Amino acid sequence: MKFRTIKRHLVESLKSLKRNGWMSLAAISAVAVTLLLVGSFVAMLMNVNKLATDIENDVSVRVYIDLAADDKEQKKLETELTKFDNVDSVEFSSRESELKQVVGSYGNEFNLFQGDDNPLYDVFIVNTDKPENTSAVAKKSEKLEHVAKVNYGGATADNLFKTMSTVRNVGVVIIGALVLTAVFLISNTIRITIMSRKTEIEIMKLVGATNWFIRWPFLIEGALIGFVGSVIPVAFISFLYITIYDIGTTYLSGTYFALLPPVPFLYQIGGAMLAVGIVIGAIGSSISIRRFLKV
Amino acid sequence: MIEMLNVYKKYPNGITAVNGLTVRIEQGEFVYVVGPSGAGKSTFIKMMYREERATKGTIKVGEFDLVTMKDKDIPYLRRHVGVVFQDFKLLPRLTVYENIAYAMEVVEKSPKVIKKRVLEVLDLVGLKHKIRMFPTELSGGEQQRIAIARAIANMPRVLIADEPTGNLDPDTSMEIMTILEEINNQGTTVIMATHNSQIVNVVKHRVLAVENGRIVRDQLEGDYGYEV
Repeated sequence: MKFRTIKRHLVESLKSLKRNGWMSLAAISAVAVTLLLVGSFVAMLMNVNKLATDIENDVSVRVYIDLAADDKEQKKLETELTKFDNVDSVEFSSRESELKQVVGSYGNEFNLFQGDDNPLYDVFIVNTDKPENTSAVAKKSEKLEHVAKVNYGGATADNLFKTMSTVRNVGVVIIGALVLTAVFLISNTIRITIMSRKTEIEIMKLVGATNWFIRWPFLIEGALIGFVGSVIPVAFISFLYITIYDIGTTYLSGTYFALLPPVPFLYQIGGAMLAVGIVIGAIGSSISIRRFLKV
Repeated sequence: MIEMLNVYKKYPNGITAVNGLTVRIEQGEFVYVVGPSGAGKSTFIKMMYREERATKGTIKVGEFDLVTMKDKDIPYLRRHVGVVFQDFKLLPRLTVYENIAYAMEVVEKSPKVIKKRVLEVLDLVGLKHKIRMFPTELSGGEQQRIAIARAIANMPRVLIADEPTGNLDPDTSMEIMTILEEINNQGTTVIMATHNSQIVNVVKHRVLAVENGRIVRDQLEGDYGYEV
């Protein structure tokens, strides 16, 4: 295509965006709302997925030591744990240091539990060689003496994955409906554009303009609506995510878990949203063009 | 050269508008198409630029086979066949110059070529001095002259005029005829559907009379032949 022609198509589409101002605005808003929901939802899902994977990959089993156990009994328990197959190391974490972590994550209010009020247990953190061995080690640990309870990431991860798949299915249905609405609104906007340019299209066809020559301005108009409509939620979500990330990082510091870092995550999700917006716009206008131009 | 052989056109509603029509028009001819309303004139003419597709038969315009051709090739046929209507179909928000240039822009002619050709065709229809005016500022006859200028801007080999004088008074109609004859003299085939008996009887050319979807009379230097 000649540069002159590309310029012409662009100018034509911008003109008609302006001419149908309110309809364009409605279509842009529809895309913006749709993508805002899609984007937030995907961002959330991806982070939950990341957390679940982190938890799943966590090789440690937390063995809580019975409060009644004395030093000797504790020592014995440690030896027994170390002897298990697939165990790399066993670390001790006292009630006090456990509480420090809680205070670090959840705030100074928990300082109230200092000293004798501390409700936490001393813990042996048993690191296994592979994530998949945690459940076996946990089961064996439960049977040992002076063990209050045992916790490992795998169980939590399984629950998270299950919940996530339900959330994902419901989300996909809602997003599907929203995308359809956006496509419908765009195709309506383009339809009005086409109606207002009926004579022009008729003349173009009569003097031998190719079908693509007639189509391009409408396709560009739809894509522009989609593009502008997606820039708004991309900006919004980027801002929101960076804020949440900063807060989240503070909470999760010192743990094995982390949110997805904004770079490259925001580039990926932003790029995907822009692409989806443009595609929605182009599809919306294609529907109208097919119906009304019969080209 | 236009050739139609045993052409039929049946509409989805069951009406047969063209019923076994055969005709041959040589390059450079001037042909009137006459006949009562509903005789199939319009369909006959529309089939020449593939606005309508024949149900059966053979239609050839130059090297184009209009029955077998694909829809995507229609634009290239249309560049060889200019069309003028009774209602002009000018774009009201464009000036005279822009209206004509528009027809050339959409087939991607270069600005230089467009400028030269627009002035040329405006000269031919005698409206060079109205180049910056809008269609609403022109009389009916002037608007039709602009429409003709637009139709020939891309130098088609055939010019089809569907009732070009239908909305015009007798004097203005004669002016339009003069222009069409001038275009014909330059080698363009002109095919004109008309109800204007005076023109057909005075400006003598070949006459094709269409009735019931067939050519019932084909006469060189013919008359209108119907009661007015």
